[in-house]
Amino acid sequence: MSKTQTKQAPVSEAKVTVYRRMKDLPSTHLLGSGTAMCAGCGGLEALHEVYDVIGAKSIFVNAAGCMTLLSVYPFTPFRGSWLYTAMASAPAGAQGVRDALDILKQKKLMSAEEDMEVVVLTGDGSAYGMGLSSTSGAMERGLDFLYLCYDNEGYGNTGQQYSGATPHAARTATSKGEHGFAGYKKDLFSIWTAHKPAYVATVIGTEPLDLARKIEKAKSLKGPRLIIAMAPCPTGWNFDPQHTVEVGRLAVRTGIWPLKEYVDGNVVHTKVPHERVPVEEYLKLQGRFRHLFEPQRDETMLAEIQARADAYWDGVTQ
Amino acid sequence: MSRTLLTGNGAAAWGARLAGVDYIPAFPITPQTEIIETIAKWIDTDEMNARMVTLESEHSMITAAGAAAATGVRVFTATSSQGLLYGMEMLYSVAGWRAPFVLVNVSRGLSSPLTLEPDHNDILAARDSGCLQIHCSTCQEVFDSMLIAYRLAEDERVRLPVIVNLDGFYLSFTREPVEVPDQKAVRDYVGSYDPETTLFRASAPSSQGVAVLGGGPYSYFRYELHLAARNALRVYDQVAEEFGRHFGREHAAVEAYRVDDADIAFVMMGSFATKARAAVDRLRDAGLRVGLVRPRLLRPFPEAHIKRLLKGKRGVAVIDQNLSMGLGGVLHSEVASALYGQDGAPAMLLSFVAGLGGRDIADEEFFEMVAVTQRAIEKGEAPPPRLLYTQAELREVRKLQAIAHVEYEELNRASSANEGDRQ
Repeated sequence: MSKTQTKQAPVSEAKVTVYRRMKDLPSTHLLGSGTAMCAGCGGLEALHEVYDVIGAKSIFVNAAGCMTLLSVYPFTPFRGSWLYTAMASAPAGAQGVRDALDILKQKKLMSAEEDMEVVVLTGDGSAYGMGLSSTSGAMERGLDFLYLCYDNEGYGNTGQQYSGATPHAARTATSKGEHGFAGYKKDLFSIWTAHKPAYVATVIGTEPLDLARKIEKAKSLKGPRLIIAMAPCPTGWNFDPQHTVEVGRLAVRTGIWPLKEYVDGNVVHTKVPHERVPVEEYLKLQGRFRHLFEPQRDETMLAEIQARADAYWDGVTQ
Repeated sequence: MSRTLLTGNGAAAWGARLAGVDYIPAFPITPQTEIIETIAKWIDTDEMNARMVTLESEHSMITAAGAAAATGVRVFTATSSQGLLYGMEMLYSVAGWRAPFVLVNVSRGLSSPLTLEPDHNDILAARDSGCLQIHCSTCQEVFDSMLIAYRLAEDERVRLPVIVNLDGFYLSFTREPVEVPDQKAVRDYVGSYDPETTLFRASAPSSQGVAVLGGGPYSYFRYELHLAARNALRVYDQVAEEFGRHFGREHAAVEAYRVDDADIAFVMMGSFATKARAAVDRLRDAGLRVGLVRPRLLRPFPEAHIKRLLKGKRGVAVIDQNLSMGLGGVLHSEVASALYGQDGAPAMLLSFVAGLGGRDIADEEFFEMVAVTQRAIEKGEAPPPRLLYTQAELREVRKLQAIAHVEYEELNRASSANEGDRQ
């Protein structure tokens, strides 16, 4: 993150948003219940909130991941449409749908009222890896679509093997060694913004007002609009489902998950945690980091993770 | 109606243009690229009212093709060889969406070794995808098959993608006279696309490509796909017959050439079958009663036509321009399964593999295949599959290897001499 790209959010929320306070958030919820998602799924929490703002005039184009199991024949929790593609090519599916809708409107074979918001829905496995090429292609073509990545930092649907989104030191089904995952979480936000799309933002379900404003803004724009929702994952991260909200809030307060948006070439942090909570408060809630605390504290690793979070925020002009 | 010189690629592009396609997701690959270049030019000059988008891969291209077709527009796309295989996952997927569109595959041998020249291993890898397949042997047939393919794909009893196959170089870049009807005549035949319920609309939400739990629902949908493909046999005969009435050209599911009174029949697909056809005439001149059976439709497999045409033949030589490693020719085993146990089935069914990577099949080789078939009939025993190759070809390969060897040793000698100089 370069300093030049980054600026602080304006203090006064000058832009008109219908979401000024928590009580402004939609009180009726569109996404149906009784899905196959796990208890405490942070991804589903974010999707609920996103869907309430996007609305049912939408088609979700999905790639292989946990949320593929939302629509299992003959049931769906969506009030709008759904197209499952494959793991690598959901943005290309969105391209086909968007182009077809535009052609139908242009040839006056479909009224504008029948149009829909085209939304790609994938996990981090697709977004950070296999689907990156088709996402890049969709952005370079200026595709008018919204992309929601629920990022639970691993291949969750297959039992949480490490992915390009897995943070350093996390234990996963394929990094069970003494020090956990040796790699570092890929900076997808920067990869996406390097394409100069219309909008990129990070969100988390536990900050619903910030999330709603960002989806609202994304909805008001044209072109590629991409959202990464950090998705605390009880089964993959090994914590009790009742702690999803706490884990999510700590991800923000420790500065591990910066809430920010990219628009008009600028990155703005929408919620800067002042007096950042030490990262270990976030880490110690999760079984995937237990080896940093038991049988004895791994001071070196904890210091490294803290230093990386500090270095990130040192680079943010405040 | 005008008669003009067109390459196979040009004929495919004209087919897409006159069929009135709305959308062309594209990706370049030799020897297909001329098709999308031609269409791009027509769109730029407003001769064609369609939208073309170049995706970043064939996998994405086929995804976009299926997604647009599932949204209710008429779609055309084209690829070849490695591209078809790169998009293979999506060929299977989009067939399951039951969203009709037409894909042209310009056949080219598969890597490795890497080649640009044709054989059918690429298209046969898509054999079980649920996409139907029409195989062409002339540029006229490419154009005509494009129109037939849209009728077949969009028929409510079928609703499946159709692949029109033409051989790289031999058809793709070869100019032949092609009758191109006027726009109105084509529109009268192809009609406009009515997606019925195969669409996404705000007022009519639907879910496509969803997961199922368990073998019951899975088998249900896979059987539906198969039964739709089987429906395509009857639908093909109808739309091909209708094509004949509109344009005066016949394109049966299986072409038969001098088969009625033949003792021995070749079975062969694609443009190389024109070599077999020419050979049939010369074999007839030499007093041998030989004919040619050429399946145009490979999926669905027209076994009733095959059985009827080959009934009572003394011997059949299936010439496969493909090789299933560890088995032999693919078409041979398909023909065998159609004929086995049938009344009047030919006693001798021989397998020959030829034309891989564009390898030519010489006249004398057709004569030799007939001779081998005759010997098998006399002996009452079919030989193992024959892989056609000549002494001359082997000598050429050995020569290449020898040259490389000599060059390598020369270079080694030169570099060690240089080392010596420096010391």
